[in-house]
Amino acid sequence: MTGPSLMDSLFQRSIDDLIKALRLSPPGTETAFVAKAIDEIRREIKSTDPHTKAAALQKLTYLHSLHGLDMSWAAFHSVELSSSSAHSHKRTAYLSAALAFNPATTDVLLLLTHQLRKDLSSPNVHDVSLALSTLSSICNTDLARDLTPELFTLLISSKVTVRKKAIATVLRVFECYPDAVRVCFKRVVENLENSDLGILSAVVGLFCELTENEPRSYLPLAPEFYKILVDCKNNWVLIKVLKIFTKLAPLEPRLGKRVVEPICEIMKTMGAKSLVFECVRTILTSLSEHDSAVKLAVSKVREFLSEDDPNLKYLGLQALAIVAKKDILAVVENKDLVVKALSDSDLNIRLEALRLVMCMVSEDNVMEICRILISHALKSDPEFCNEILGFILLTCGRNYYEVIFYFDWYVLFLGEMARVPHCQKGDEIATQLIDIGMRVKDARSQLVHVARELVIDPALLGNPFMHAVLSAAAWVSGEYIKLSRNPFEIMEALLQPRTSLLSPSVRAIYIHSAFKVLMFCVHSYLKLNGEESLIPSTLTDSELVSDVEVDDHNMIATNGQAPSASSVTHHLTQESLLALVNLVEINLGPLAGSNEVEVLERSTNVLGLIKLIKPMILGSLNDSEGDQTNRELKASETVKLIFDSCSEDLGPVSVNAQEKVPIPNGLVLKENLDDLEEICGDIKLPVLTSFSLVRPQFAEVSNSAECQDKEESELSTESTSLLAEHRKRHGLYYLSPGNAVTVSNDYPPAHDPYGKAIVEDEDLAKLTEKSLVTGKKPIQSKPRPVVVKFDDGEVTNVVTNRTRIKADLISDAVNEVLLGDEATTSSSSRRKPPKSRRVTEDSNISIVKLVWEVANTMGMVKRGDVEPQARIKNMIAKTSIKVIVGCMVSTGRGTGRIKQWKLKHQSFLIFFYSNAFLTKILRSVVVINILVFFSHWNWLC
Amino acid sequence: MIRGVIIMNDQGKPRLIKFYEFQPPEKQQELVRSIYRVLCSRAENVSNFVKVDSLFGPDVRLVYKTFATLYFVFIFDKSENELAMIDLMQVFVETLNKCFREVCELDIVFNFYKVHTILDEIILGGQVLETSSEEVASAVDAISRSLPLPLSLCAYVCALVSSCEWVLRCNRHILVQLSLRVGKEWQFHDSIYSWLAEMIATELW
Repeated sequence: MTGPSLMDSLFQRSIDDLIKALRLSPPGTETAFVAKAIDEIRREIKSTDPHTKAAALQKLTYLHSLHGLDMSWAAFHSVELSSSSAHSHKRTAYLSAALAFNPATTDVLLLLTHQLRKDLSSPNVHDVSLALSTLSSICNTDLARDLTPELFTLLISSKVTVRKKAIATVLRVFECYPDAVRVCFKRVVENLENSDLGILSAVVGLFCELTENEPRSYLPLAPEFYKILVDCKNNWVLIKVLKIFTKLAPLEPRLGKRVVEPICEIMKTMGAKSLVFECVRTILTSLSEHDSAVKLAVSKVREFLSEDDPNLKYLGLQALAIVAKKDILAVVENKDLVVKALSDSDLNIRLEALRLVMCMVSEDNVMEICRILISHALKSDPEFCNEILGFILLTCGRNYYEVIFYFDWYVLFLGEMARVPHCQKGDEIATQLIDIGMRVKDARSQLVHVARELVIDPALLGNPFMHAVLSAAAWVSGEYIKLSRNPFEIMEALLQPRTSLLSPSVRAIYIHSAFKVLMFCVHSYLKLNGEESLIPSTLTDSELVSDVEVDDHNMIATNGQAPSASSVTHHLTQESLLALVNLVEINLGPLAGSNEVEVLERSTNVLGLIKLIKPMILGSLNDSEGDQTNRELKASETVKLIFDSCSEDLGPVSVNAQEKVPIPNGLVLKENLDDLEEICGDIKLPVLTSFSLVRPQFAEVSNSAECQDKEESELSTESTSLLAEHRKRHGLYYLSPGNAVTVSNDYPPAHDPYGKAIVEDEDLAKLTEKSLVTGKKPIQSKPRPVVVKFDDGEVTNVVTNRTRIKADLISDAVNEVLLGDEATTSSSSRRKPPKSRRVTEDSNISIVKLVWEVANTMGMVKRGDVEPQARIKNMIAKTSIKVIVGCMVSTGRGTGRIKQWKLKHQSFLIFFYSNAFLTKILRSVVVINILVFFSHWNWLC
Repeated sequence: MIRGVIIMNDQGKPRLIKFYEFQPPEKQQELVRSIYRVLCSRAENVSNFVKVDSLFGPDVRLVYKTFATLYFVFIFDKSENELAMIDLMQVFVETLNKCFREVCELDIVFNFYKVHTILDEIILGGQVLETSSEEVASAVDAISRSLPLPLSLCAYVCALVSSCEWVLRCNRHILVQLSLRVGKEWQFHDSIYSWLAEMIATELW
């Protein structure tokens, strides 16, 4: 572009023209118009005529500020124009600098130093004000250092506007250049005694900001602040002084005693709500040991809560939240208003109220509060409903289920929450279900019961939000099948036709659970038959089985429930077992051709196992040939091995277990997987949870439907009719949930959401009537179940951030000015040394090592040459597989990362660490996945 | 301290953006959009506070208020009092009202620089400077007096229309066309309408 011509400057658009034209431009053409305008501006801004230049800069600043256009290229023009003698041009230039300059990166900023200095010492008040406001926007270390002397002079300016602006600017200068404190601080302090309200307000505001970061340094100024607190009648100033005392009072108990009196006085006499609220906040935050003051403050909060103004209500609830940390009684006194706020029309207020209600939760009232909240959730809008559920889950799960005494009740309640119509907290519920299963042994029988209800209900399968919960339920059913009263119905439920609606990863868990159930049944059958000759006596861990039995008996004794394992064994005949095996075979048969790797792998495994054990079951009818017996022997041995590997407890593992493992030699950990992508550029990396070759959904649905049809010799292919069939056939299992609840249970039954939603208002009233905390503990008939946990929680890293250091620098300087040198040393010695990590020996180290070894050996296994049987044997050979997975589950938690381990022999072992993945895919599944994965890798490399 | 002041209309178009700590322009636009999304979903007669932890980090609060077609938004941290911020917003609006005589959205649209000047008199570097709207208005007046009188909108239009006056006399059709065009272009300006109506009336007479 050439330079601007005369025509350009004559017919230049002003900023008003630009705005008008922008408003008139048809929608969609705006960006084109702006681009054109920018071209114009680029031409005009080079003009030597200051008017043209100023007009161009005005337009550019407008476009930058409101349309987000970049104007860093024009920074120099701003600097140039700032030296113009016309105040209007100066104004344009400084505003563009204030809005667009980045103090950290704009390099022409230094060129502005001279002009700013000139304007700061200008006799024109407007120039000085302008320079001050610009400086406060664009201040950096260099500017602050160079302009401190000018600022120092302005701090005693006779003009009030200039002086208060200078004081406000000082804050930025202190932040950028702490040494300025040594120069200016005395003058700033002198301004504290100024009678002008504007100046006083500015200087108190400045101290309020300074005390925010490092209050201790300003303690010596407390008498001055106290004087202002007593004498000043201006609300703005008082609010800031109160903020300062909020920071200072906790440092010096005597100060608290002095100020509490005047603060209460202000609270009683002043009408301004903002000031009263500030007093309340100060007392509740920092003067909470003065009972009478707190009482007064809480009474003021009560006034706020009873007001119609939603802002006051909201702030009142926030004030209560401050008290709740120290004195829950104050909240309980106001619980009527808090509970009322739970049904407010404002979401903010409802959330605050909910938070407060959750603060009140304790061991004694958790059941009642949860019951009321869930009935509240049922009639709330979906968003708030999920907030409520989230809060309940968070509060109850806090600190390893601290507030939960009756786990049986809680497990039932979790199942109930999952059924709330708008529930989207499936993942959290699923996590807690599995977590409780692993941590709380005593809750398992009830957990199995809840899982049964969930798994068995075909209606739930249609709701995608339920799938996470269902996968947890399926896992629980499979894992603790020995506690189930009827494994056969669980098996039916796990294989019901509507499971085709599940996502492949969840379906895989269903199949794997079916596998565990099958193993359990076959094993029980073998044991029942009591053919000692079939089970080799060489097995070392036969005591494990007896352990299981003991557990079962314990459970029976404590819960008074019908004997589970024995009832199973009574029904176990050869025919029933054979029917079960056939059912599995028929249902899983078609899935062996599934496109989903997960589903395919698992069903193939189960089918392979069936192939192995079926002859044994059949054979025991007519055991004549010695050869047959030999095969049976082998098969039963395998069954025993698998069952043993399944029945060991899967416990939680410390979050830090992985960190304690030394990295094995020859292992190269990579930061990212970039080169991996290169290698498999054309091949989709088999993401294990959703590996699919074709669009699977429809093919699969019709597949399974077909098979089901053959089985039941029905013509209809619709899933609804299938469901009806299923119901008819297995009507026995669709009992109403109420019947199954044991009557002898001494816990209050979990709230039935549908039945009691109507009487919800009464519940609210009841909550308000009944004391929440003061009530005596109910007589606990039995001790709280043991919750397995580790004492080394998350290791918190001590983070030192930059502002902290900066604040220290300022306070050091302040101390120097106020107290002399000795204070600085004390302030620096106050900094705590970083916490050292607690490193404790943990048995899990060996486990994680084991993962490594297993993976290493399996690296050599190719996919094609392993029969399913052999693979299972191979798998069982690694005795501690379940422990490995437990370890992986825990190490995966929170990391969610993929780590790549490069081995010596050029094959990659990739662990997909993710919470979702690892809590669902458990035990041998992981090993199988590693196998699959390795076969892929061996093939690739 | 105050982190930022935003004025936007009920369509989410920003009319004033001022952050007291540097924010790149794209970030500013993004913030305005996110804030608008939150504000437009809120019902009337609810509290004026919004949690913005996700946008600005913990302890930062946002208070907003609707005036006619405009949202006024203040973003501030814990060293400011929430209710005092609502009062300050009131001061700001009162000052605008004083400076523009019955302020409307268009005044703010076309007076980008003046609105910034007003705001700078109330807040400096995130610190509240002045809380009396009279003081602010007189300070802004003093600044405007020191500036050369800008070609105001009204004067501009009058000049435009009067220059066409001989055309009016020559051809009534052109007059009607012009008045329509001008009317369309300046539809927001009532005085032009009345002026044109008067002209047309006399001419037709």
